[in-house]
Amino acid sequence: MSATWQHRLAERGVDRRLWLLLPATIFVLLLFVYPFLYGLSLSFQPTQGGGVLANYDKFFGDAYQRDTIATTLKIALPAALLNVLAAVPIAFRLRGRFRGKRLLTTILVVPITLGTVLTAQGLLNYLGPTGWLNRVLLSLHIVDNPIRLTNNYWGVFFSLVITGFPFAFLLVLSYLSGIDPTLERAAATLGASRAQRFRRITLPLLAPGLATTFLLTFVLAFSVFPSAVLVGNPAGSTRVISLAAYQAAYEQYDYSYASAIAMVMGAVELVVVAIVLVWRSRLYTGSTGGKG
Amino acid sequence: MTSSTSNFEQLRLDGVTRRFGPPDTPAALSELDLTIERGEFIALLGPSGCGKSTALNCLAGLLPLTAGSIWQDDRRVDTLPPEKRGFGMVFQNYALFPHLTVRDNIAFGLRMRNLPKSDVQRRTTEAIEMVQLTEHTSKLPGQLSGGQQQRVAIARATVLEPSLVLMDEPLSNLDAKLRLEMRTEIRRLHQSLGLTTVYVTHDQEEALSMADRLVVMRQGKVQQIGTPEEVHTKPSTWHVADFMGYRNLLPLKASQLNGDQVTVDLGGTAIRGAAQGPVAPGDDVIAAVRPEDVKLADQGVKGLVEVVEYQGRERAVEVVLDGGVQDGVAQDPVRLHVRTERRVEAGEQVALTVTPGRLLVYPS
Ligand SMILES: Nc1ncnc2c1ncn2[C@@H]1O[C@H](COP(=O)(O)OP(=O)(O)O)[C@@H](O)[C@H]1O
Ligand SMILES: [Mg+2]
Repeated sequence: MSATWQHRLAERGVDRRLWLLLPATIFVLLLFVYPFLYGLSLSFQPTQGGGVLANYDKFFGDAYQRDTIATTLKIALPAALLNVLAAVPIAFRLRGRFRGKRLLTTILVVPITLGTVLTAQGLLNYLGPTGWLNRVLLSLHIVDNPIRLTNNYWGVFFSLVITGFPFAFLLVLSYLSGIDPTLERAAATLGASRAQRFRRITLPLLAPGLATTFLLTFVLAFSVFPSAVLVGNPAGSTRVISLAAYQAAYEQYDYSYASAIAMVMGAVELVVVAIVLVWRSRLYTGSTGGKG
Repeated sequence: MTSSTSNFEQLRLDGVTRRFGPPDTPAALSELDLTIERGEFIALLGPSGCGKSTALNCLAGLLPLTAGSIWQDDRRVDTLPPEKRGFGMVFQNYALFPHLTVRDNIAFGLRMRNLPKSDVQRRTTEAIEMVQLTEHTSKLPGQLSGGQQQRVAIARATVLEPSLVLMDEPLSNLDAKLRLEMRTEIRRLHQSLGLTTVYVTHDQEEALSMADRLVVMRQGKVQQIGTPEEVHTKPSTWHVADFMGYRNLLPLKASQLNGDQVTVDLGGTAIRGAAQGPVAPGDDVIAAVRPEDVKLADQGVKGLVEVVEYQGRERAVEVVLDGGVQDGVAQDPVRLHVRTERRVEAGEQVALTVTPGRLLVYPS
């Protein structure tokens, strides 16, 4: 290879240091790409025969199955959106340095580490038909019958907010602290009110980070499974797509069909991710002047 | 709202104090009293950490005061938030909005004022022309050089024709040549727009060349307020003298007093200086003199050349004088910085004289 070529490649970031990526590349290939390709090819080999696309025909031809897509989106999109939108004002208030910040962030990490099963357990205790909330409401005669907040849509929704919000909050907080606070002060000296500073300076600089946060919480919410079963209504309003895949694989033992459902699930997620990324790519994504 | 409605004849700072932390900590800015006349160019000068930025941020409304008040004629303004004060500010790191183009950065303040679109357009274009950025209007700040970013920051702060422009070391991130050019440009802008400017710097040369009046600060306190000439020729304390280029600050003893003329003993020779404060014979004093006011001569104070730095036309020479013996104790040798056109070399014996009247004697 001639020297000029090396320079040209180096300019595009291609040089010997790229070999350092090799272990990570192998890891990704083994752990993600191979299972994916295996599943993909499996999905095109239907157990009952009937052509390459038979599994997909079966899924989309059956309204009960097809509707799981909408059901999942109806839970995952609002939950992800709420997590991001609620995280912004709270992170905005807490972005400076203050006493007990570390404690607060630690407390917020706890729900993430608990996982969905423990969260579901807690939800049933608090919000279930005989949970604390209903007992208080009943004893105060605010309601006559226990209000139903579990084993339906709301149970799953709360569970996704409890596990997803801390995650969104921590991400948004770190994006916010990457924005130079002097920018807002500069805007203030130029006559921008608090709301205008947020709208014109902070929000545009934060938006790419919000898009990323939304995607991550969305993907987490989309693959919701335990809470859909434990605090949801898995036969009806919270029959999510991962549940359909589970039933195909472990109740009907049709791995090929289950793979097809998993592929559909991946495709739907990809569509949402692509839409958000296209929107994000039109935003300003360069330096935000801060330390991060 | 146009800025001229909020313009003032006088801006008065009355005991402005700012403390970071509990009341027993020393204040970052302590009891600043200052009256700024309309159209004036004031420089806040002092070493890093002396409270210059604190003072500026208090003026801008970005820092609440611990004590004191700020008056715009008869209107109290220190209780107003920054967006209500109508002061323009140029930040040390420029603080340009990274997601907005040069044009949008400059138009920002006008848009916040809800001016008609055509007005915004016209005034922005004028400001862009004024700072000579016409070819860069649609670039983002990240695509500009330091000097260009600086110009955007200045245009953004001045396009509103604010009643007061605050600048916090705006030239400190530029290279030496550009710094000189921008100095002239800022001064020119100040004059052509009739702005009132408070300019923070730690560079005495910059302050002297640009300002109508200097406020020299040290450890949060004002040391001296005066015209560049006053501060340059008659620094009020030896700290100010130190800052104004009196590189020779010699710890000596006063021997005789005659009016405000003090005689001090320098390397065994009696030299007369002007007392700059209460000094009595026998006092420890600090004698201050600039390197350019110490001359190599045929006779005078004897010394040994220690270091020679070639600086173009002149040489900066460090001469060691014999401290002599006082009260039977050998004194530390005294070092003097001298500027001379004469070709001298290290190790040479030389004689020095001090230009009459240029030695200032401060109580220590
Ligand atoms: N936000 C702050 N918190 C605590 N101390 C500060 C803060 N800002 C400035 N100080 C202190 O106040 C003093 C003056 O700072 P500053 O006004 O920035 O100095 P200058 O601009 O003259 O270099 C310094 O000792 C600095 O450490
Ligand atoms: Mg400063």
